[in-house]
Amino acid sequence: MTMRALSRLAFGLSALAAATFALAAPAVRDLPGGPGVNQIDLHDPVSPIAVDQLWLHNYMMVICVLIFCGVFGVMFYSILRHRRSRGARAANFHESTTVEIIWTIVPFIIIILMALPATRVVVAMKDTSAADVTVKATGYQWKWGYDYLNGEGAGIGFLSTLDVAQREMSDTGRPQGDDYLLRVDNPLVVPVDKKVRIITTANDVIHAWGVPALGVKQDAIPGFVRDAWFRASKPGDYYGQCYELCGKEHAFMPIHVKVLSQQDYTAWASGKLKELAAKADDPSKVWELPALIARGEQVYVANCQVCHQPNGKGGGAVKPLDASPTVLDADKLKQIHVVLNGQNNGAMPAWKQLSDTEIAAVVTFTKNHWSNATGQIVQPSEVAAARK
Amino acid sequence: MSAVIGHGGTVDTLGHGPGHEEHHGAPHGWRRWVWATNHKDIGTMYLLFSFTMFLVGGTLAMLIRTELFHPGLQFFNPQLFNQFVTMHGLIMIFGAIMPAFVGFANWMVPLMIGAPDMAFARMNNLSFWLLIPAALMLVGSFFMPGGAPAGGWTLYAPLSMQMPESMDAAIFAIHILGASSIMGSINIIVTILNMRAPGMSLMKMPLFCWTWLITAYLLIAVMPVLAGAITMTLTDRHFGTTFFNPAGGGDPVMYQHIFWFFGHPEVYIMILPAFGIISAIIPAFARKRLFGYTSMVYATASIAILSFLVWAHHMFTTGMPVTGQLFFMYATMLIAIPTGVKVFNWVATMWRGSMTFETPMLWAVGFIFVFTIGGFTGLILAMAPIDIQLQDTYYVVAHFHYVLVAGSLFAMFGGVYYWGPKWTGVMYRESAGKFHFWTSMVFFNVAFFPQHFLGLAGMPRRYADYPLQFTDFNMVSSIGAWGFGLSQVYFLFAVVIPMLRGRGAPAPQRPWDGAEGLEWEVPSPAPFHTFETPPQLNAAGTRIIGPAASHPGPVGGAAAHA
Repeated sequence: MTMRALSRLAFGLSALAAATFALAAPAVRDLPGGPGVNQIDLHDPVSPIAVDQLWLHNYMMVICVLIFCGVFGVMFYSILRHRRSRGARAANFHESTTVEIIWTIVPFIIIILMALPATRVVVAMKDTSAADVTVKATGYQWKWGYDYLNGEGAGIGFLSTLDVAQREMSDTGRPQGDDYLLRVDNPLVVPVDKKVRIITTANDVIHAWGVPALGVKQDAIPGFVRDAWFRASKPGDYYGQCYELCGKEHAFMPIHVKVLSQQDYTAWASGKLKELAAKADDPSKVWELPALIARGEQVYVANCQVCHQPNGKGGGAVKPLDASPTVLDADKLKQIHVVLNGQNNGAMPAWKQLSDTEIAAVVTFTKNHWSNATGQIVQPSEVAAARK
Repeated sequence: MSAVIGHGGTVDTLGHGPGHEEHHGAPHGWRRWVWATNHKDIGTMYLLFSFTMFLVGGTLAMLIRTELFHPGLQFFNPQLFNQFVTMHGLIMIFGAIMPAFVGFANWMVPLMIGAPDMAFARMNNLSFWLLIPAALMLVGSFFMPGGAPAGGWTLYAPLSMQMPESMDAAIFAIHILGASSIMGSINIIVTILNMRAPGMSLMKMPLFCWTWLITAYLLIAVMPVLAGAITMTLTDRHFGTTFFNPAGGGDPVMYQHIFWFFGHPEVYIMILPAFGIISAIIPAFARKRLFGYTSMVYATASIAILSFLVWAHHMFTTGMPVTGQLFFMYATMLIAIPTGVKVFNWVATMWRGSMTFETPMLWAVGFIFVFTIGGFTGLILAMAPIDIQLQDTYYVVAHFHYVLVAGSLFAMFGGVYYWGPKWTGVMYRESAGKFHFWTSMVFFNVAFFPQHFLGLAGMPRRYADYPLQFTDFNMVSSIGAWGFGLSQVYFLFAVVIPMLRGRGAPAPQRPWDGAEGLEWEVPSPAPFHTFETPPQLNAAGTRIIGPAASHPGPVGGAAAHA
């Protein structure tokens, strides 16, 4: 019975496995700076801390495997030799204080040997002083915001969001690409061989900012700031993801760090600063309806569509915008307040971090899209007034 | 899982002399269960309840692995996926593992120490029946508006503020489950401290009683802490407090400190009784006394004390000062010592024994082997710099399933096969037990071993979708998980149901020739009442001697039955 059941099971499983590999495994290659295909160890380290972490892990593995082999060597020897079917008679010993003391002290010594190198790395890891570049990473549901606070590039700030096509591929269930779920619109750009200090915080719930190749992971906690640091040893693209459950789109807020040579970084930083100055919306500008709707559509796609859906119908806990009384209301302030401050305990998050122009545009868009045809226009100045 | 159906009948017709029935016979019908005060009946109900919850939580696990079989979202939206993840954790921990151990304690502690019943029989009834509404509320939260809580079983603030109304139901359910656990613990402590048979000194007690005694103190110490954390969550949600809301001067990380001050001892609450079961099985099948009994007791106590000093190792990435990280790293690594002592003692017990490998022994040896792997990964995770890489990745998932599934669950399976004949009066089929063991063991490792690789490569946990490089290991893991799930369905039909129906060869009073302890001094199935007058014990406290043993009631009748 047992054998037959086993062989049936084995057959079923191999059929399943065959079906699996026929169906599946989209072609994919290693992503440099990100995960490798069927990678079984830590990432190739690209920072001194990551090098230490990899070394420590290897060191621990060696010790653990040795102990494992020792203990289970004894156990399996005993299982093979000391069995009744081989005529083994039970011995009578059941106590030895000496032995107990030995196998308490020896592990204690081993643990000290493990703790010593780890202590050195902990101390190095926590030393975030004397950074060349300081960037604040703010976790939002569900994107990252980067603000360059100190060092070259100070003043740059942007949001970093998962590439929209990735999220769509996820929904269709047929994803493709070596950087699937890791491609963002605006990567964090930092210079090589410089001490980069990342200050983390969050806008809504706890997120965690981390990049395995750089040996960094730090929770981003709303209302508090924490920090971590890395010094990337070579230029390239390095990838991480959000590591602390932050709600529905937790899997869809990756981190992409682009490490540039000093020269390229300088060029990027000055270009970016100019670009930001040029793009800055004039909050006192008075917009025409069609232009504001077009601008609002971009804001909607980037920020709102993931929950409220392209058709504006929402779903589940997410309220519809199409034909929503709040959206259609003649009192434009109602909707502006919801967008600015959120509602339902953050089920609709607060969007204060968007600019007056962006909020004005997206509110105007929703008031004049789908079946909503209010003809109302919200000017940035009205949003600025509502903020007070 | 006692001879639920046959039990009353068996005892009345065979176990008892006629003069006894009016006040000793088992009550009949629904009253027997609803008004139950008998430790064996309540133990049975606990075990059946927890097995049911195990199947519910297992079904959720199957759904999780089904979504993760292939990258991309095929079946569930991420919100529903998060609900599955959260409820799988809550149901398995609070619904399956913890009540199952209380079930074991109810059945075995009085039998092992020669007590007639638990100290507080009616409180025992209450602590079981509280589980039912709590479980209904937990499982029912899926059908509430907005679905079940989806913030992870740890219910971290401030994400817990965003959860729908079901979060409040879950908080209430956890409160009730906590109250039930505290009552169970008080009962176990009082029973063990006050109701041991004469001659059963503390240091002669079976280790299972010791581990449960210590576990019960842990429970009493930490369940109120959890209650505090979730009550603060509740008042933050509804009554305008801001314990965890920085906008009002609160601190989200404080929630984690409070939660893990409960959460880490909780880990040992779920493993110490398992150590006790293993310490009963290994000597029985090695036919040799447990090596280092005294050091086993001290090791258990050391683990329990240390468990209060290590909580923040769950929080290395929250960003604590360097001294904090070092303290929690060192304290955590220290736990490896008493845990290692336990493993060494088990191996020394097996050394030069006369071993046979019936199903309970297979589970026990499997436990030692796989649990130790989980112990090593725990040591690796304790190293703060490595933990920075592995925190919240699949490595952690693999680690705690190695200690909770291969640890707690495997030990309980061992216990079911070991004591099942005593509970039900029938032997399981050895081939069925072995098949269950080997399929579970193989599929468990197929499911969880590749998750170490996924974690090292950086795949975060609680993700409904993942980069394509992680595909193959996820597929392997899902196949293993389905196999493991099917093995448990096999266990239900091939072992549990036959046991419940009393099908199988009648169990002798001593099914295991090497087993020692008072539970083997009563017939199989254990009569409805045992040790109504204190038995007289031999010097080792493992046998009943002398005339006091042959009380004309259950024990005497039992002898006739055997």
